[in-house]
Amino acid sequence: MAKRVAIVGTGQTFHKSHRPDVNGQELINEAVVKALADANLKMKDIDAIVIGNMDHFEGINYVDCWSVDGSGGTMKPIIKLTTGGTTGCTVAIGGYHLVGSGMFDKVLVIGWEKNSESDTTGAITTAFDPVWDRQVFAGAISGLAAEAQAYIARYGATDRDGARVSVRDRKHAMNNPYAQLRKEVTLEEVLASPMLADPIHLLDVCPRSDGACAVIMASEDTAEKICPKPDWIWATAARHTYSYLGDADFGRLTSMKEGSQELWKKAGIKEPRKEVDVIELYQPYSFGGLIWIEDMGIVGPGEAPRYIWDGNTDMGGELPINPSGGVIATNPIGATGLIRCAEAAMQVMGKAEGRQVPDVNFAFSSGFGGCFWTDMILHGKKKPK
Amino acid sequence: MDRAAIIGVGMTKIEKSKVRDTFADMAWEAVNKALADAGMTIDDIDNVVTTSSDFWDGRTISCMAVGDASGAAHKNVTCVEGDGTYGAFYGMTRSLSGSYKTTLVTGHSKGSQSISSLITNSAFDPIYERSLGMDMVTACAMQARSYMHRTKTTPEQMALVSVKNHGNAMKNPLAQLPMNITVNDVLKSEMIADPLHKLDCSPVSDGCAAVIIAHESVATKFKQKPVWIKGVSFCADSFFFGDRDLSRVKSLTEAAKKAYAMAGIKDPKKEIDVAEIYDAFSYQELMWLEEMGLADDATAGKLLEKGDFNIEGRLPVNASGGLLSGHPVIAAGLYSMAAVVKQIRGDAGGFQVKKAKTGLVQGLNGLGGQSHCVWILDQEK
Amino acid sequence: MSDQFQGIAPMVYQSKINVPYSWWAGDTATRFFVALRDEKKITATKCGTCGKVFLPPRKACPLCFTANVEWVNVSDEGTVLTFSVARRQLAAIPHDRKIPVIWGLIKLDGADTAILHYLDEVKPEDVIIGMRVKAVFSETRKGTIRDISHFKPVK
Repeated sequence: MAKRVAIVGTGQTFHKSHRPDVNGQELINEAVVKALADANLKMKDIDAIVIGNMDHFEGINYVDCWSVDGSGGTMKPIIKLTTGGTTGCTVAIGGYHLVGSGMFDKVLVIGWEKNSESDTTGAITTAFDPVWDRQVFAGAISGLAAEAQAYIARYGATDRDGARVSVRDRKHAMNNPYAQLRKEVTLEEVLASPMLADPIHLLDVCPRSDGACAVIMASEDTAEKICPKPDWIWATAARHTYSYLGDADFGRLTSMKEGSQELWKKAGIKEPRKEVDVIELYQPYSFGGLIWIEDMGIVGPGEAPRYIWDGNTDMGGELPINPSGGVIATNPIGATGLIRCAEAAMQVMGKAEGRQVPDVNFAFSSGFGGCFWTDMILHGKKKPK
Repeated sequence: MDRAAIIGVGMTKIEKSKVRDTFADMAWEAVNKALADAGMTIDDIDNVVTTSSDFWDGRTISCMAVGDASGAAHKNVTCVEGDGTYGAFYGMTRSLSGSYKTTLVTGHSKGSQSISSLITNSAFDPIYERSLGMDMVTACAMQARSYMHRTKTTPEQMALVSVKNHGNAMKNPLAQLPMNITVNDVLKSEMIADPLHKLDCSPVSDGCAAVIIAHESVATKFKQKPVWIKGVSFCADSFFFGDRDLSRVKSLTEAAKKAYAMAGIKDPKKEIDVAEIYDAFSYQELMWLEEMGLADDATAGKLLEKGDFNIEGRLPVNASGGLLSGHPVIAAGLYSMAAVVKQIRGDAGGFQVKKAKTGLVQGLNGLGGQSHCVWILDQEK
Repeated sequence: MSDQFQGIAPMVYQSKINVPYSWWAGDTATRFFVALRDEKKITATKCGTCGKVFLPPRKACPLCFTANVEWVNVSDEGTVLTFSVARRQLAAIPHDRKIPVIWGLIKLDGADTAILHYLDEVKPEDVIIGMRVKAVFSETRKGTIRDISHFKPVK
């Protein structure tokens, strides 16, 4: 029989623009040591490790093999998953299946990146087809700008609506000691910041970060012994449908729509807006915070700006989004999706301290990347049926 | 624990340079062959695991190139980076976790598009090692030296691995380098890195392989008789060569031990009928055999000379021709897995071995086989 | 697939992945390289738990998974555990090194683990496992592993 799976410990580094004091292995180690301490486990208790990053951000081939000194993988099973920006969520989904299969009882999941070590835009550009997209397309911003433009054209949203999302996330980051950008911004500051690609201003997008995150998952056989109130994983979903940018339905995130519908169905959730208590969204730019929650079915098409302006997604609102400050405050890419997962887990476990949302029953975390791809996880306080 | 089985395999021919095919073209071919082999359509597949490498492919998010061609649209999909056996492992857990029933696993590589010396140099530590300019060949030469020193294995015995495997490839229409050669041919071929001659090394190759893994509840619903996964395990040793005893492969011994235990195998020498193992270099076949307990320590060379590992021998090893006869990195382990699946089904054609109830597949990641993945496949559940 | 592509000669698109990297060495490696550059000293970390001396130095012991605190000097002399000789000018070999290039896995006296480096001032035929070698430092040292030029046989 398949096993139910819970998160029993999390750890992350204090994320910074650059960490010259440590190499990659040492950065990984910081997160792993914290996760072990959080779960009150030792490295010898760990049965397998899942790790992920994006190769061309650090230029290290076979990272699973290279990183064992930091990950604790010496003489253990270690496997690498990588899917681009979605990687952090992909590795969490990987840990879920490794434990759920019954092959391993306790699995350590690691996402990391030292974005300071390379030219991030140069590396991202190599993600696209070398013969077609790569020559005419640079970095991640242009695709996102096309999405935002299409959404604005369809629903009449404005750049002020986007800026409101940035203001929210940067305000939330003030409560999170691990966040990189801990300084509030105003609507005016966002709108006055340099225009990167119309309608995206500098303060609408994520920074580049060095950081690592580790999450420990355990099967139902031991989860509650390790952690009295673990975070149960209810369901996962992933959609990586497109290979070429031009394939996407700009203005709608199809992967989020398909994936979240599957997620709600698996968990028996009928009204996500009412049943989900907190969302940690891999939202690398502000407009994603509008478009994608519509695709999740939180609100209807074109309704997100009003919903957000009304404060529903702020701390204390109906459905707080990104209590951690999200990706706009911190983005060590390969770790980013796993930080969302860890933050959602902390909310469910009641360990989110200054950024805790009260009484979290269900939490949602996601990863975004690739060619408008989304991976996602539904977390819950109760043990799944 | 639930059980899973392999119910379909498909491979492109392994070639030096598939200039007509993109990554997606290769994936399309392998996936459709696997579906046909299994008697399935893409709609019967409920999730996809691609296996690829951003370094080998010269592309960040290399899985982006093959998702559509692997039929992943509107399905749950993910990507493992490393050898195909690791992709298959993850694919298997996705079927066992109760989330999915049928996992399609693909692995692709086009060695022809890059320079393997530079790609594998990038696996060395960037701060302490990389600038010295070693690569997979020079690293494995170091390991070969160490193994030969400890076990007194001779260059002739290593050469004989190459002779055997290239000879076996004559019977495998998918192999890249079927060759009738002699030990002398190997020893006279260019010395690339002492003690490895050109014919001790696998070639640069292009290819894609796909396998379909099913949960036991659906394993018998399709065309093929399922090949059951009885045991599987993987394990990584230390990274730095200087932290390991390079003449030994602790991680392989550990992975094999666990796979045997899971499969209920007590005496692998007697119970394994056929093996496809990661012979990227000639010495590796001998070294891995010993470390997995399929030959006593320091005896594999002699057993090879006796013919034990020939197609008609006691334990046929790399009857398909192995990786020495075609080595599409990343896809490699899936090719080995597919070869064993065919043996167990009795479908291996010219390279079919006589008795093939229980088979072993081995894949690896990293320099000098730092991490190993061992599978025991069986006719019976 | 076949007919519609008859007579088409497939094109090859030449390109290259070209991403600059600046790897932060981190405090641990920096300490090692400063000692190497400024004092021609080879330093290693000793695990406070298992007592093993690691070279390259580690911030945390990979076996005990505890933080290393103690630094020790190791000798510039050691033993060749195994070696490799490139006879072909493989692409990864730096331009200033011409074949035959010899790399050794060298265990320095005082260390429990070995490092990779060049062996030179010796013919490939004369290198044997177990050979004693000594570090030759580069004249100009910049704080990299190549501040050691190579290892040569101890006469």
